[in-house]
Amino acid sequence: MSTTTLPPAPKTEPVSKPKAFVSDRAKAERKLGWMLAGPALAVMLLVTAYPIAQAFYDSLFDYRLTDPENRSFTGLSNYLVILTDSLWWTAILVTAFITVVTVAVELVLGFALAMVMNKALKAIRPFLRAVILIPYAVITVVSAFAWQFAFDINTGFVNSWFAWIPGVGADTDWFGDTGTSLFVICLAEIWKTTPFISLLLLAGLAQVPEVLQEAAQVDGATWWQRMRRVTLPNMKAAIMVALLFRTLDAFRVFDSIFVMTAGANNTESVSFLAYRQTISRLEIGLGSAVSVLLFIVVVLIAFIFIKGFKVDLAQARGDG
Amino acid sequence: MASIQMKNIVKKYGDGFPAVNDISLDIADGEFMILVGPSGCGKSTLLRMIVGLEDITSGDMVIGGDRVNDKAPRDRNLSMVFQNYALYPHMSVYENIAFPLRLAKTPDDKVDRLVKEAADVLELHEHLERKPANLSGGQRQRVAMGRAIVRQAEAFLFDEPLSNLDAKLRGQMRTEIARLQRRLGITTVYVTHDQTEAMTLGDRVCVLRKGSIQQVASPRELYEQPVNLFVAGFIGSPPMNFLPATVQGSTLTTPFGTIELDERRAAAVAGHDLLLVGIRPEYFEDASLVDDAKKHLGSTFTARVDVTEWLGDQQYAYIPYDAPDTIRDRLRELSKELDSEELRTQAIVSIDASSRIREGRDAEFWLDSRKVHVFDPESGVNLTRDEQAGAELTRMADEDRQEQVAEAAGGLTGERTGGSGSTAA
Amino acid sequence: MSTKEKSWWIVAGVAIALYALSPIAWIVSLSFKAPSDLANGSFLPTVFSTENYGLILNGEASDLFLPALRNSFGICLIATFISCVLSMFAAYAIARLDFPGKKFILGTALAVAIFPVISIVTPLFNLWRQIGLYDTWPGLIIPYLSLTLPLSIWTMSAFFREIPWEMEQAAQVDGATTWQAFRKVIVPLAAPGVFTTAIIAFFIAWNDFVYGISLTSTGASRPVPAALGLFSGASQFEDPTGAIAAAAVIVTIPVVVLVLVFQRRIVAGLTNGAVKG
Repeated sequence: MSTTTLPPAPKTEPVSKPKAFVSDRAKAERKLGWMLAGPALAVMLLVTAYPIAQAFYDSLFDYRLTDPENRSFTGLSNYLVILTDSLWWTAILVTAFITVVTVAVELVLGFALAMVMNKALKAIRPFLRAVILIPYAVITVVSAFAWQFAFDINTGFVNSWFAWIPGVGADTDWFGDTGTSLFVICLAEIWKTTPFISLLLLAGLAQVPEVLQEAAQVDGATWWQRMRRVTLPNMKAAIMVALLFRTLDAFRVFDSIFVMTAGANNTESVSFLAYRQTISRLEIGLGSAVSVLLFIVVVLIAFIFIKGFKVDLAQARGDG
Repeated sequence: MASIQMKNIVKKYGDGFPAVNDISLDIADGEFMILVGPSGCGKSTLLRMIVGLEDITSGDMVIGGDRVNDKAPRDRNLSMVFQNYALYPHMSVYENIAFPLRLAKTPDDKVDRLVKEAADVLELHEHLERKPANLSGGQRQRVAMGRAIVRQAEAFLFDEPLSNLDAKLRGQMRTEIARLQRRLGITTVYVTHDQTEAMTLGDRVCVLRKGSIQQVASPRELYEQPVNLFVAGFIGSPPMNFLPATVQGSTLTTPFGTIELDERRAAAVAGHDLLLVGIRPEYFEDASLVDDAKKHLGSTFTARVDVTEWLGDQQYAYIPYDAPDTIRDRLRELSKELDSEELRTQAIVSIDASSRIREGRDAEFWLDSRKVHVFDPESGVNLTRDEQAGAELTRMADEDRQEQVAEAAGGLTGERTGGSGSTAA
Repeated sequence: MSTKEKSWWIVAGVAIALYALSPIAWIVSLSFKAPSDLANGSFLPTVFSTENYGLILNGEASDLFLPALRNSFGICLIATFISCVLSMFAAYAIARLDFPGKKFILGTALAVAIFPVISIVTPLFNLWRQIGLYDTWPGLIIPYLSLTLPLSIWTMSAFFREIPWEMEQAAQVDGATTWQAFRKVIVPLAAPGVFTTAIIAFFIAWNDFVYGISLTSTGASRPVPAALGLFSGASQFEDPTGAIAAAAVIVTIPVVVLVLVFQRRIVAGLTNGAVKG
């Protein structure tokens, strides 16, 4: 019967949803819902839940691909090895440094960009929007190369352009030590991902009604007061979501480091460490343990954001 | 065209709460039926059950003699105008109107003719190629109606179609709908919470409250012979005044003096202590402007006027009064149910625009006591309702309608030859 | 608006354009430098040369670059297509139907979106080698779904929620079957959202580096970003800079074109603003 698969009308009367009593139509709807959404969910679980479980399992073994016969259960000793190794702590520090610096700069810069786009002349708004999207759409690897070549001691133009800055000269090797390497890495990351943050913030800005600004103006608020007391509190959700997504994203930094320094001079991030253990050195056991640790850290960060800062993702994403 | 019969229709949602509770209603072929009530009374749910967008928990829905409970909306051959019009934004006005015909695989030349005819009726001709997003509210409304009338539907269903228009347009479209319905003579069910629409459009009005029918009658009967406090308070603007009263023999004592009841009504209210007297604003008048010949038909009283509102063609005066707590609570409860904000115990009195009654002064009023109704405050029942008079009013309205439908049917075939038969037949 | 204010906006606009475009301009400029010119220390080439493009399109680097370009297009398009189809059904269910587990699906999508990719790579690397998916197209398409699916589900459900579903009912009353109502009314309304989602999903797949570099070993499936990353390690060039720049420009062209043509939609999709009116 065709009516059984007919999606019923949304209830117009404000009546609470069924709990005990489920009509045939509602049952058919549930079934259809799971039939439609099930495959996507299954694929998502298959490509993430399964591998992370496998990674956890592998991390309990001493296991090298070069020497698969000698695979032996070692419990948590891989974790012990990692957590007592300075490599891990350097990687954590580097990753945390990149994350904090890029996210902080991006937030401020992204907010400025959003403000300009929000207020810009109608005529140049589409142009600005297109321009700002380009760094977002450019491949991270390409962006990393562009910045690397610009700062490179041989091919770059930065050394000659900025020679007037003390400490910069024709022979400045930006990728020669940790601090300057990280500086360039952060620059590239900031350039590439600020647009994304600014677009999220722009959407948040657009949700603050213009009339509130006018009211505050009439009430005698200065520009700064309006910003701090009216605009920012009203876009808290958007800011928090942008912050959460960018922090987690920044914490996974890999591409730029791979291209620019390949981890030289103590610029290895956690992701890079895991990659090097597994793919280059074929240390499946150790690499898996690093992966699991990274996963736990990411979950912790997300948890802190969602519980600690009370980020309401559903609300911010318009999930009414 | 078809009649619609509802027999003991019940709609229960999951938690067992009946949104529509045991409703039986017969809508005659060609009749304009209004479903009215405050929000949450189940009127929209009922309409959606007629059209098939909502499941019927129990009872029978019969359209044109067929039970349609299990039929999909598309098999019921009804057309509906939605509150937000539900125009397809990706189609032109022309294609929006043509949509039902296209679905029915109507040949192109016939589609063209029917759409053009509908566009003529609704004066949409110059907008046919535009997209709905570029139309004004009134034009969108007309497109939605065009989509409804282009097809030979059994009945029209309207779900608060005018609620998104401004007051002026609403008035225009109201007359437009009335004219169209008379012209096509098609069975129509119209949901609204606006009592002006209810009173002006309907052959009969069905007043709903919490999923149950209160009264089904012609607008005149509803106004003059309401069945209970709820209907009396809901119909009429400004609303009926309810004054506390005590009865002794045939004399009612109210805050505004005494009212003499005739024999029939005196008998009806006998045995009650505390009563509510329902008096419509226009039953009052400035005593100094009342004809001496008429004066003895009512009673005269003096009261202090709080505020007056002069509107040019008429004038209202607000007179506060005291009421016992039980009555006060009852009235508060009633106004909450009616979605109104009225919290003060004050009477609204309609007086002639030429009256010189002043705010803050005592003034003498006359009250036409022939028309007052007396309600039991406990049950809300109208104790003095004259059923015969009411039935007579509705019967007269029905006669008028039949005459008009017959006229329309006759006129239509003459006026719109050719394709028009398909919309009206 | 005063002229002064206007010119201020122009200045701000130019500053933003400089910020966003200068690295792109730089890599374009670099790609047109002849090998002798690479180390000239200036932004622009002294002589305009297309030598680098020759190198990667039909020169010695072409057998590294061209298969990678083909792989990238093929793998990204297939992954985008699959994730769009799957998320279309899921988003329809989420936006339109009432069933328990909706929140769970959205929550899962969110969790997968913040998942560290590298944590998946390690076990997949091992597993793919065992079951023969290592260095194949499916071997990349499957993990790409973990990147594109969550985002597609979120974006599309946001778009679908904005569709006035009353239309579907109106169509049914007008005499449409469920299928007709879907095809004639819902599909045209949903198409822009699906399309936008597809573009964003494609960007994400196109941008991938970690999977590309970890799960492939030859030109059979290595995508462009991975190939670029490995250019420097290839011994056949003395200095790969020019070739990398030219390749970078070529892979950037498609995304820039998409951005320019569909900027409005992409912004709406990224911020879940979705269709209005």
